[in-house]
Amino acid sequence: MQALTNRAKSVDRRPLSLLERAYLPAIFKGMTITFGHMFKKRPTINYPEKTRPFSPVFRGLHILNRDEEGRENCTACGLCAVACPAEAITMEAAERKPGEENLYREEKYAAKYEINMLRCIFCGLCEEACPKDAIYLSETFAPANFQRKGFIYGKPDLLIPDPVKEPEAYAKAKGNRAKKNN
Amino acid sequence: MTQRCYLLILELIKFFITIIMLLAVDLALVIEKLVLIIIVVMSSLVVAMYATYGERKVAAALQDRRGPNRAGPFGLLQPLADGLKLFFKEEIIPNFSSKFLFILGPCLAMLTAMMTGAVIPWGEKVHFFERDISLQIADINIGILYVFGVVSMGVYGIMIGSWASNNKFSLMGGLRAASQIISYELPMGLALIALLMVTGTLSLKTMVEYQVLSDHWYAWNVFKQPLGFLIFLICVFAECNRTPFDLAEAENELIGGYHTEYSSMKLGFYLFAEYINMFISSAVVTCLFFGGYDIPFVNDAHLAESVGANWMALMHVGMLFAKIVFFLFLFMWVRWTIPRFRYDQLMNLGWKTLIPLALFNMLVTGALVLLHQNNWHF
Repeated sequence: MQALTNRAKSVDRRPLSLLERAYLPAIFKGMTITFGHMFKKRPTINYPEKTRPFSPVFRGLHILNRDEEGRENCTACGLCAVACPAEAITMEAAERKPGEENLYREEKYAAKYEINMLRCIFCGLCEEACPKDAIYLSETFAPANFQRKGFIYGKPDLLIPDPVKEPEAYAKAKGNRAKKNN
Repeated sequence: MTQRCYLLILELIKFFITIIMLLAVDLALVIEKLVLIIIVVMSSLVVAMYATYGERKVAAALQDRRGPNRAGPFGLLQPLADGLKLFFKEEIIPNFSSKFLFILGPCLAMLTAMMTGAVIPWGEKVHFFERDISLQIADINIGILYVFGVVSMGVYGIMIGSWASNNKFSLMGGLRAASQIISYELPMGLALIALLMVTGTLSLKTMVEYQVLSDHWYAWNVFKQPLGFLIFLICVFAECNRTPFDLAEAENELIGGYHTEYSSMKLGFYLFAEYINMFISSAVVTCLFFGGYDIPFVNDAHLAESVGANWMALMHVGMLFAKIVFFLFLFMWVRWTIPRFRYDQLMNLGWKTLIPLALFNMLVTGALVLLHQNNWHF
C-alpha cells in the first residue's frame, strides 16, 4: 500500500527475543532516561517572584496618556469607542473651564472614561484610532477580581501618573510600548 | 465518664507496675526499651511524612518540574500542611458500610506498618548511663519470620477496609491486593530461603553482624545472592503495593481502589501506612542484602578506636539511614519510570517467572553451600 506521507513507519511485529522478554534491560534503560531528566534544566519558573518578559507586541491594560507637562491628552473625540469591536469603551465629554489649562491639553476632555475589561479583547484598535496619542495598551494585564464591577476601569485606574509630580511612577507605567507610537 | 476512664487508666498502670515488680524485670531495661520504641515510632512517622514530600520532589525532578516549594524553605513544611489538611477534613463514614470494620481497616494497616520496626537492628550497642543499650527493640531469633508475618498481616488492613466500604471498586482493589500479596509472598520466601542457607540464621541482628564482620569485598549478601536480591526486591515492590504493582489502588481503573470511600485521617492512615511500609521494607532489604548499618571499606575495630564506640554507633545509624534513603529513592524512581502491570501480567510474572527463578536460585545455592561445607569436593 502506498503511504500517504513519508512519515509512516513500519512496526516491527516479530516476537520478542529472550532478552526483551526478560524486561529488565528495558527497565534499566528507562530508568537511566528518567534519571537523566533530574539534571535537565527545568522549564518552570517560580512565577510570582519571577516573571517572563512579555513580547514587544504584547497588548495589555489600557493607559490614558499625559503629555510631558502632565496634562491629559484625551479630547473625548470618541474615535476609540467607535473603533472598538467589542464596544467596551464609554465616555462622556466635558468642556475645559478657565483655569484648568494645567489639567487638560485641549479645550475638550473626557469627564468620564470607562473600559469594561471583561468585554475588551485587547485588539489595540483604540490605540490605532486615537489621533491624540492619548490611549495605548501597556505591558500588564488586568488582575483577577471577585466582582464584575471591579472589571470596569474608570479614569482613576486608567490614567498614567503625572510625569511632573511622580516621574518615577510615570516612567514605570509608561513602559516601552508608548515610545514606539511617539 | 472521663473520671472513670481516668481511674481505669490509673488501675492499668498500677497493674503493669505490679507485674513488672513481681517478675522482677529490670526497670531500667523497660524504660530503655520504651524510649527506643518511642524513638523508632516517631522517626518512622517523620520519615514517612518526609517520604511523601520526597516522593513529590523526586517525581517533579524526574519530570523536569519543581515540586512543592511554597510552604517554608524548599517547601519543607508541605507534609505538615498536608497532614493538617487531612486532620481538618470532614470525616465521612458511608451509611451502607459496616462501621466497626470501616474504622478498623486503616487502624490495622497503620498498626502492622509500625510493628515491623521492632526487629530492625538500627545500630550497634551504645554505652550510656553505665549501660550497654542495644539499638534494636527486640533481637528475636526468628526476626525475619516476624517481619514476614507482620507484613502479610498488613493486607488485612486493606482487605477489611475495602470489604467494609461496601463499594465494588473498593472490593475489587481489596481482592487484587490480597491475591497479589499471596502470590508474591511465595517467591519472596523462596528467595529468602536461599539467603538463609548462606547466612545460616533467621535473626536480623546476626545477619547484619555476619556482613559487618566479614572483611571481603563481597561481604554484603547482595554479592552472594544477586538473583535472590532481584527477586526479593521485585516482591517487596509488590508487597508495598507500589508501582508497577499498585493494582490495589489503580486510580484510573478503580477510582481509588481500596480507599475509594475513605476520607480525612482514615485515608491519611492508609497513605501513611504505605510510606511506613516502604521505609521498613527498605530497612529490611538493607539489613538482608546491603550490610545493614555496615560502613563500606571501613574496619569497625579501627573506627571504634579512633572515634569511640558511641560515635561509631551513631555513624552506623547514619549509614543505615543513608542506605534506606537510597532505597526509598529507588521506590520513587521506579514509580515514575515504569507503568503499571496488567493484572494477568502481574500473575504471570509472579507464578510463572519469579517462583521458578526463586526455586532455581534455591537449588543452586543449596548445592553450592553443600559443596562449600565439603571443601569443594564432590
